[in-house]
Amino acid sequence: MNILKQVKILIQKEIILEWRSKYAFNSILLYVVSTIFVCYLAFKQISPITWNTLFWIIMLFASINAIVKSFVQESRGRQLYYYVIATPEAVILSKIIYNILLLLVLTVLALVFYVLVFKNPLGDPLLYFVSVFLGSLSFASVFTMISGIASKANNSGALMSILSFPVIIPLLMVLIKLSKNAMDGLDRSVSYNEIGILIAINVVVITISILLFPYLWRD
Amino acid sequence: MTKNWWKLLASGLVIYSIIGGLLFEVPHLPILHESIRNVYFHVPMWFTMIFLYLISVIYSIKYLRSGNESYDFWAVEAINTGIVFGFLGVLTGMIWANFTWGDPWPNDPKLNGAAISTLMYLAYGVLRNSLDEDQKRARISAIYNVFAFPVMIVLLFILPRLTDSLHPGNGGNPGFGGYDLDSHMRVVFYPACIGWILIGIWITTLRYRIRLIENNKLHTLTRN
Repeated sequence: MNILKQVKILIQKEIILEWRSKYAFNSILLYVVSTIFVCYLAFKQISPITWNTLFWIIMLFASINAIVKSFVQESRGRQLYYYVIATPEAVILSKIIYNILLLLVLTVLALVFYVLVFKNPLGDPLLYFVSVFLGSLSFASVFTMISGIASKANNSGALMSILSFPVIIPLLMVLIKLSKNAMDGLDRSVSYNEIGILIAINVVVITISILLFPYLWRD
Repeated sequence: MTKNWWKLLASGLVIYSIIGGLLFEVPHLPILHESIRNVYFHVPMWFTMIFLYLISVIYSIKYLRSGNESYDFWAVEAINTGIVFGFLGVLTGMIWANFTWGDPWPNDPKLNGAAISTLMYLAYGVLRNSLDEDQKRARISAIYNVFAFPVMIVLLFILPRLTDSLHPGNGGNPGFGGYDLDSHMRVVFYPACIGWILIGIWITTLRYRIRLIENNKLHTLTRN
């Protein structure tokens, strides 16, 4: 069985598991919606710069909460079973791709609700959507590997934030800049640099995850 | 003696850079004035820190490939020493910034990047403390070290170049080599960098040997 087929089957498994319980997705969606609502009640009206930054900060915490479970929820026995039937590269790749999909759906839903509550004109909605896509990609690729690292330690919840914040901050800074360009409706050629950097960092992070995961896996 | 020549060289170069750095002729530039002498002390701290982190990543990769415990000790001690040099770099930079930019912590991408990368390596320490099994601790922390290093490179070297920074070499400013590091300064600056890097390696080897002794003691204690 080649690696692509393994990845496909593993992603299907993740989606089926999620679909059966709908627990993780619903809880995290509710988390985002209530956070946005709390912010709305607290802020009432905000300036465009705060609007953009606040959105990414809400998504940062929501993504951490969504992904921290991805390794903890499975029992050791079941992980051993995956180890027997699939290569570790396929396991990490399938987790990353599944988390990208999960976060993409989550971020789009959150953005819709966010725009509904906090009315703010978007200068270039398509580019803003590109930044949302790149944001989900970056959060998923960084947090998946870190949640794997944190799941090996004793209190993984607190450790997850400590380990992932320094790694995600550079990406977050570029993301906020890109989405601000999109919000202001600047010419798209201004943002090519940021898009290039985000893609480059993600390629590096995913490659390193695939290279390192075989060492993390065995226990 | 033949093995320790580089320690003598390191001490000699650092002493030379202190004497030369405070006495030799420097170019008179607006804003900087005599404070330009801090280049000899502030910049080598960062070079040493980056160099030690690089050593640590190399040893982490070596550990993952071989599982040899002593590589893990090198990796962790290089990081511990690197963090100290990072703090010294921040301290010398803050004194300098206070005189030239009027604020010990101006909102500068390079400063913020340095602070974040220090957080990253402090998190490495927390991760190590939260794992109690020796081999597991070595393996997991090596993985985090290798994972975090490329992001730190982006943070310190690529992002500041995109935004405006007060530091030379960023946001379109020419680098130090370009205009104000004249030949008078080079004769002190390069020896200072080499000297401090060697001092950093020396401290790391000492700490490594202490750790090795402590580890052996621990093993003999548990054996009896």
